[in-house]
Amino acid sequence: MFADLPLLSLVIWTPIIGGLLVMLTGSGRSGLEAKVLALLVSLLTFVLSIPLYTGFDTATYQMQFTEFVPWIEAFSINYSLGVDGISMPLILLTTFMTVLVVIAGWEVIKNRPAQYMAAFLIMEGLMIGVFAALDAMLFYVFWEAMLIPMFIVIGIWGGDRRVYATLKFFLYTFLGSVFMLIALLWLYFHTDSFAILDFHAVSIPATAQIWIFLAFLIAFAVKVPMWPVHTWLPDAHVQAPTGGSVILAAIMLKLGAYGFLRFSLPIVPDASHTLDWLMIGLSLIAVVYIGFVALVQQDMKKLIAYSSISHMGFVTLGFFIAWRIAEANEGSFTGATMGIEGGVVQMIAHGFVSGAMFLCVGVMYDRLHSREINDYGGVVHRMPKFAGFMVLFAMANAGLPGTAGFVGEFMVILSAFKANFWIAFVAATTLILGAAYTLWMVKRVIYGEVRNKKVAALQDINGREFLFLAILAVMVLGVGLWPAPLLEVMDATVQHLVAHIGVSKLPATAL
Amino acid sequence: MQTITLLIVLAPLLGALIAGLFGGTIGRGGAHTVTTVGVAIAFVLSALVFKQIAIDGAESFNHSVYIWLVSEGIRFEVGFLVDELTAMMMVVVTFVSLMVHIYTIGYMAHDEENWPEGSGAGINSYQRFFSYISLFTFSMLMLVMANNFMQLFFGWEAVGLVSYLLIGFWSVRETAVFANLKAFLVNRVGDFGFLLGIAAVLMHFNTLDYASVFNAVELQKDVTISIWPGSEWNIMTVIAILLFIGAMGKSAQVPLHVWLPDSMEGPTPISALIHAATMVTAGIFMVARMSPIYELSEVALAVVLTIGAITALFMGFLGLVQHDIKRVVAYSTLSQLGYMTVALGASAYAAGVFHLMTHAFFKALLFLAAGSVIIAMHHKQDMREMGGLRKYMPITWLTSLIGSLALIGAPGFSGFFSKDSIIEAVHHSTIPGSGFAYFAVLAGVFITALYSFRMYFLVFHGKERMDEHTRSHLHETPWVVTVPLILLAIPSIFIGGPYVGSMVFGDFFSEAITVAPAHDVLSQVGFTSAMGMIGHGFLTAPFWLAASGVFVAWFLYMRRTDLPAKIVALPVVKQIHWVLVNKYGFDDFNQAVFGGGSRNLGTGLWKVGDVALIDGLLVNGSARLVGMVSAVARHLQSGYLYHYAFAMILGLLALFGLFVVG
Repeated sequence: MFADLPLLSLVIWTPIIGGLLVMLTGSGRSGLEAKVLALLVSLLTFVLSIPLYTGFDTATYQMQFTEFVPWIEAFSINYSLGVDGISMPLILLTTFMTVLVVIAGWEVIKNRPAQYMAAFLIMEGLMIGVFAALDAMLFYVFWEAMLIPMFIVIGIWGGDRRVYATLKFFLYTFLGSVFMLIALLWLYFHTDSFAILDFHAVSIPATAQIWIFLAFLIAFAVKVPMWPVHTWLPDAHVQAPTGGSVILAAIMLKLGAYGFLRFSLPIVPDASHTLDWLMIGLSLIAVVYIGFVALVQQDMKKLIAYSSISHMGFVTLGFFIAWRIAEANEGSFTGATMGIEGGVVQMIAHGFVSGAMFLCVGVMYDRLHSREINDYGGVVHRMPKFAGFMVLFAMANAGLPGTAGFVGEFMVILSAFKANFWIAFVAATTLILGAAYTLWMVKRVIYGEVRNKKVAALQDINGREFLFLAILAVMVLGVGLWPAPLLEVMDATVQHLVAHIGVSKLPATAL
Repeated sequence: MQTITLLIVLAPLLGALIAGLFGGTIGRGGAHTVTTVGVAIAFVLSALVFKQIAIDGAESFNHSVYIWLVSEGIRFEVGFLVDELTAMMMVVVTFVSLMVHIYTIGYMAHDEENWPEGSGAGINSYQRFFSYISLFTFSMLMLVMANNFMQLFFGWEAVGLVSYLLIGFWSVRETAVFANLKAFLVNRVGDFGFLLGIAAVLMHFNTLDYASVFNAVELQKDVTISIWPGSEWNIMTVIAILLFIGAMGKSAQVPLHVWLPDSMEGPTPISALIHAATMVTAGIFMVARMSPIYELSEVALAVVLTIGAITALFMGFLGLVQHDIKRVVAYSTLSQLGYMTVALGASAYAAGVFHLMTHAFFKALLFLAAGSVIIAMHHKQDMREMGGLRKYMPITWLTSLIGSLALIGAPGFSGFFSKDSIIEAVHHSTIPGSGFAYFAVLAGVFITALYSFRMYFLVFHGKERMDEHTRSHLHETPWVVTVPLILLAIPSIFIGGPYVGSMVFGDFFSEAITVAPAHDVLSQVGFTSAMGMIGHGFLTAPFWLAASGVFVAWFLYMRRTDLPAKIVALPVVKQIHWVLVNKYGFDDFNQAVFGGGSRNLGTGLWKVGDVALIDGLLVNGSARLVGMVSAVARHLQSGYLYHYAFAMILGLLALFGLFVVG
């Protein structure tokens, strides 16, 4: 029954149009109508996205739910949409997390709630557009447009240093995407098309591949973010309102990683191969260097932001380990699929876990208006239910088996071991570092004696907070205890990707 | 069989979930009933499984429950393998757990007194405690019943999680929440090696299923792996040592032992269950389970043997200088874990596992008896304030004596059979390091007897050193406490004799444990019968060493109580005593080097790398440059966000147009 509907367009435009409507309703101070409408829109979008999963054919790597409408025919730019086993789960993650963000902002946002909700709905549609676009220009438009609502969310509902943080966020990401635009235009002149799948097929000379790879790298590395272009993220997180942090961590960081899978690896595999040492090196720096930096943070949001960077290191490591595996195993790419799949699982899992961690900090911040670890202590005595959730999510953040946080890291480490003992060795230090920075924070915030009068006056979570934390707890445990369905969805796509990158795309003459 | 195995693991899990999630509704009685019944079901069914496998000779059971995930055609599954080794572990785990459940009803009866007034965490803490110990039982069962490495790791980390939650159970105490963080992190260091070991297994065997891996080890035994250029390592050595690093964390072997003494901050029932009888023996179990791999690497066996010997001897010394009754038992546990590890290194896996079993009973007994003393003493744990408790607490006294005799290996008691088997096995071993190990386990016998009976005399005999208030309230603990003591005392005496013949020297574990003929030391011991072993036992060195240990303890702590202080004041002894009191400096070293070092490194990377170099030089430097340029264009600034956004889109379109037109 859903097959005839343009499902992808629906999940893109429902929240965008809905968001505009929400903005129109929201003149009231409490904005109740706006909030109810926003909740309904986000729920409707989520429901509309479910057939993408139920109707998904896991046997093929081909794009599904495709839509094609000519847009600017002079430059052969088309409104072309479609999803595969990598983008589909990310779209579901987006529609799911947006519902939670709407619930999480319900009572907390007092200042212009309608505009707040609208910004998130519009952002949702634009982010889904990024994941679904099969036309490079369409992708670029969504990619850039998505920045605006996030810019506004941090700039209006952010903390004291929000102007510095927004500018830093904006300049970084904007600068990055300019280089991507140049690469896309080069590819357009090279293929006479803006279809991403045409980019995948065309052969490209070695030098051009390197330049294109670097241009994409700047754009995507900023978003992931990778060391050393990561310093905007802690600032943005610290200043963003809770909802902004959740979407930033859960979805926006994934766009960079998604870019590597959709553009860098399949379009310029030879350059990816040549420069894989750089990617692996930067990933390992993210795991270790950032892990140590996270350890000494005093601000909880900064700590979780650094922990996000560290966890995203596993994603990029999993993506770029393929050629090392082939070199270590007489040209066989067996093991590479597990690395990339591990990276994708880590993207989804990190969406739930980091989102949950930021929501937990938000719950405390709403009560005490502080993110400083030293202002807390003994929270468990006043908020035992909350403490239970927080410890669970902290354990997931530390990669405990049985939680979502474990699956991706496990697969990437197993895969990395096939490539090189020392890569796996360095990556596995996250077992110690991740536990150290997360649980040390838990010790100081949750456990111990009640530190001060403010903590003594804390109230435990209410029904609304219980709801979103419980939903996330179910997801974190669900993915951890039974990740098989998630893997099944992406398996054909990733296998095809590995087969694709194993073949050189250099022009025949250059060989 | 499938239904039974599922019931065995799910009954405690269900109990834990009900007690944990609905503790407020079902109340204290509901919580302890539902969890105790769950564990009792698991115990009865485990006993049934043990009977079928071990006595009726049924085939071992190997079955998968569900597929966790499939990647590259490799199936990661959750499934059960039940053979003789697993069946024995299941009975030990569920039996000790059941005893601890019953005991806890008494021990935690007044837990509200341990919480500050108005603490939300203090509400339903009793129910939560039962939920945790049932959850532990579930996790430990998943660990021992696993049929693959992944589930082993799941159970491995899950018991670590519950241990973390229980050490820090009284979360208001700074020492407790320090100890649980320390325990988790030190264990993570072990798990780091363990996970790499699993990765090495997957890389070379393309499966994590035990049976498939063990079937393939012969074919792979000469494969080498290049760790750094120019050095080739045998793959079995690499796998075995990496896995053993995990065992060193979980089973608290030097230098990863530092967490176990601090774990005594947790309530005593869990010290007995987790930090003596079951969880800490997971490493021993794991190595025995992996015997087909360890047998192929003498290098790995030598490492295991040496680490075990160091732990057995040097941790025993530390037991001599402790005043806290629980810490004496904790160091004793470390030392006994060392004995088990020595057995593994000498390829006497059966003896190691047998000592694991007898130790589980008598050490749980000693801990629970210590807990009984602590209840009577109103939660004072310093032995200097005890003494003469024998006449107030006859059951606790007698069971403690039984436990201590079993621990020092008095002939006839269960510990005698297991410990003597280990000593004899090491004597025949030719693995490098076995000479030192033999010395260590022999010297350890004397030390064990000395610290055990030092504790025994200080607590139950001699002068009553407690204050008058405590003395006037001294009485035997209630039946929920004493009945588990009695039920644990029975196997502490009797479990050794009947089983030593089949389990250690017979073919009881022949399917579960592989021993290469060249390493088969147990067959060289010349065992005849349990009675023969007792008779022979009186003539050997260990007996006389133990006896002299008891005598010295009696002389120093009963006869000449002034002597210990004088001995400690002697010149050289004073220095040694200082070293022992400081636990060889491991804690200070870790605190300074790893704790302080990583904090300094983190601060350095952050302040210098992120803040000064990246942000200060690159980002803000270029921002200042932009700032100077934009100062010219300042009048364009309006302060409205949407103006900026609009300008950005205009700029983009212009850029785009430039490219397309140009």
